[in-house]
Amino acid sequence: MVRLNVNGREQQVDVDGDTPLLWVLRDTLGLTGTKYGCGIAQCGACTVHIEGDAVRSCSVSAASVEGQKIVTIEGLSPDGSHPIQKAWLEVEVPQCGYCQIGMIMAAAVLLKEKPKPTDADIDKAITNICRCGTYTRIRQAIHVAATKA
Amino acid sequence: MTDIATTALSRRFFLVSSAAVGGGLMLGFGFAKSAGAAGDAEGPIGAQLNNWIIIRPDGTVIVRVARSEMGQGSFTALPMLVCEELDCDFSKVKGEYASATENLDNSFGNMSTGGSRAIRESQEYLRRAGASAREMLLEAAAQKLGVPKSELKVENGVITHTPSGRSVAFGDVAEAAAKLKPPPAAEVKLKDPKDWKLVGKAQARFDIPDKVLGKPVYGIDVRIPGMLYATLVQCPVFGGKLKSFDEAKVKGMPGVRQVVAMPDAVAVLADSYWQAKRALDAMPITWDEGPNAGVDEAAITAMLKEGLAAKEAGLVQKEGDVDAAMPKAAKVVEAEYSAPFLAHATMEPMNCTAHVTADKVEVWAPSQSATATLNAAAETAGVDPKKVEVHITMLGGGFGRRGAFQDFVKQAVFLSKAAGKPVKLLWSREEDMRHDYYRPVSMAKFTMGLDKDGTPTALRTRVSGQSILIAVRPKEVKDGVDKTFCEGLREMPYHFENLLVDYAMRNTPIPVGFWRSVNNSQNGFFKECFIDEVAHATGQDPLEFRRKLLAKSPKNLAVLEAAAKQANWGTPLPQGIFRGIAYHDSYGSLVAEVAEVSVSDKNEIKVHRIVCAVDCGYVVNPDTVVTQIEGAIVYGLTAAFYDKITIKNGRVEQSNFNDYPMLRLRSMPTIEVVQVPSGGFWGGVGEVGLPPVAPAVCNAIFAATGKRVRSLPLRDHGFTA
Repeated sequence: MVRLNVNGREQQVDVDGDTPLLWVLRDTLGLTGTKYGCGIAQCGACTVHIEGDAVRSCSVSAASVEGQKIVTIEGLSPDGSHPIQKAWLEVEVPQCGYCQIGMIMAAAVLLKEKPKPTDADIDKAITNICRCGTYTRIRQAIHVAATKA
Repeated sequence: MTDIATTALSRRFFLVSSAAVGGGLMLGFGFAKSAGAAGDAEGPIGAQLNNWIIIRPDGTVIVRVARSEMGQGSFTALPMLVCEELDCDFSKVKGEYASATENLDNSFGNMSTGGSRAIRESQEYLRRAGASAREMLLEAAAQKLGVPKSELKVENGVITHTPSGRSVAFGDVAEAAAKLKPPPAAEVKLKDPKDWKLVGKAQARFDIPDKVLGKPVYGIDVRIPGMLYATLVQCPVFGGKLKSFDEAKVKGMPGVRQVVAMPDAVAVLADSYWQAKRALDAMPITWDEGPNAGVDEAAITAMLKEGLAAKEAGLVQKEGDVDAAMPKAAKVVEAEYSAPFLAHATMEPMNCTAHVTADKVEVWAPSQSATATLNAAAETAGVDPKKVEVHITMLGGGFGRRGAFQDFVKQAVFLSKAAGKPVKLLWSREEDMRHDYYRPVSMAKFTMGLDKDGTPTALRTRVSGQSILIAVRPKEVKDGVDKTFCEGLREMPYHFENLLVDYAMRNTPIPVGFWRSVNNSQNGFFKECFIDEVAHATGQDPLEFRRKLLAKSPKNLAVLEAAAKQANWGTPLPQGIFRGIAYHDSYGSLVAEVAEVSVSDKNEIKVHRIVCAVDCGYVVNPDTVVTQIEGAIVYGLTAAFYDKITIKNGRVEQSNFNDYPMLRLRSMPTIEVVQVPSGGFWGGVGEVGLPPVAPAVCNAIFAATGKRVRSLPLRDHGFTA
């Protein structure tokens, strides 16, 4: 049993402590917005917030984040009203959309830490992989969010 | 013959209930199938005017879509085509997937999504379906209002009797209209393109709002009550078989329910993916590696190289007399090029959920072809295809991996049958990388003869490499020629008085398949770099030389000029930045690109800017054209810089994004897409941006360094991004 705080809700989860957080979120808690892409922290599709940091949930065990505040896309905003989500919609960033949740979670942390990020800040913070090639619009949408936030 | 534009399926909408399509199970499902027609939480049953169009009393128009949405915007663009002719209110339009089961009689035509075909191959019957339904609505309105049909006008879903000012909405007459006989599709008049109101005007994509919320259900997200999670490992050597495995070692591990042997794989079924994966990793397995265990890069390269020089080759195209012209040339330029195997690496690894019961097979799959999925499931389960129901989920990328080959579907159906339960099969990234249907290896040898003025007199092109069609559609291979293998090198817009193209098919045991832009991806690189070589070898500007080659192809030349103009070709650039240009048509569209590149003294390459000019004839949703070009450029840059799949001991050496890297945001150039649609034809856009990008970049590298790159990826030549 592991005690997790996900999207503001404390819960006991019946999994082995060494299970990667990603699979607890997806298979045990049914929070499938967070995606699996590589399992080795390369692609960032599984990015969630842990204590406010962007973390690749495939590579942290459930036990290691016990009691810490975990936020997934389902908890980022109740209705897509986070400035990053609004900008993503305005710029029409997603293509297939699979990596976009990880991108949005990473971008939300960037915006919180650097409300007016430069291109260099974005280059440094957004290291997730998008196979559809939406990078140009990701950059554009982060700037849009920064302007409107 | 059935007319797919106007026929209405008679039986089915009363059979399908929202419960039957899993409405309750699939909350947040991207695009429900047929739920709207049967009535759901959003409204009552609508009136079906033909296969494609259902109109509800409140005016909601449901348009069936028979192609898969994988981010390329089909789910929006295809309804736009229907609704352009229907003249409905587009804000009230919803898409839903057509059913592959109901398409067994071809009611919806081709459901496969590849070859940049979705729009260009279905636009005609979709527009006719819209126009036919509009005629039926007008007829019903005329009857209801008791006025001649000729006095009616239709706009935005409202039919108005101009003389009296009376009007009815589509929703008011849809039920009566659905009972009328549809006018024959061939007699329906389509709008003149100049009168289009919807097509060509940017429309927000239907799939995006849910995608920023994490709501769409991709294949990997499907959850069915009682479902087991499965993962598998296949024989690492292509063509090998399973020899033995020690089930006892993992049977007691947490959550493990069953171990299933397959001819060339072992799967573990458990209560979660992670439990299945952990058990699979712990299980001792031995393989019968079969006849291919000795295959390696050197053998494959030697075989293709032999093909370049082989006496025998299949004739692809012959104009004039190359053999006679070549010896008379004042100058001859010759070069050989090669390109490696490549993986698709869709962000969502291969997966499928299947539920096999005594009387039905149900499959949820991120598939580029609902029909191929249906057939694969029926074949594996050994049932009549009528007993299979396919739900196309959202796709986390396709790029050709999820169409012709349905290995993941067959496996999931096999496992569900073995378990007697619904099973979601998910491959690990490593399995996905090592068991792809790869972009084939290929090589080309070009010999061009030119006169003393640098005008080409003859071109001989020999290509060598592995055919996709011989495995997928062998009937299309005639006299050793797979025309797809030679796409972009035959029937070129470039004019050569004397031209000979031939192909030495050299097949390896490595499975190959369609990869974004297929053989255009290699052939565009080969041809456009070689053209650049010839230009430099004869002291001609690469743009000028292409102008010469396109002199008899004015439409193509206009696209080349548009790219050159946007890129200010010929004007000075900041110090250290150099330009390269490439021109390559594919999938019915005309495309030119210019790259601006700098190379540091440590061979670090920075691509500053890519300009792409494209003429796809008619544009449906303009922003989608831009995003597809941007995406294809990124896909092409990734391949150009980083990737190759290599074979050692019959197996793939790469495993994940650490050894098969992807271009990331920090390496992105500025991309400028210039649309120069000339109308009069329908070209594809999903793939066409890719072929010119690698040669444009490599030609710029030559301009910067004098080094000619004749094989990819660039990192093999010491260049880094």
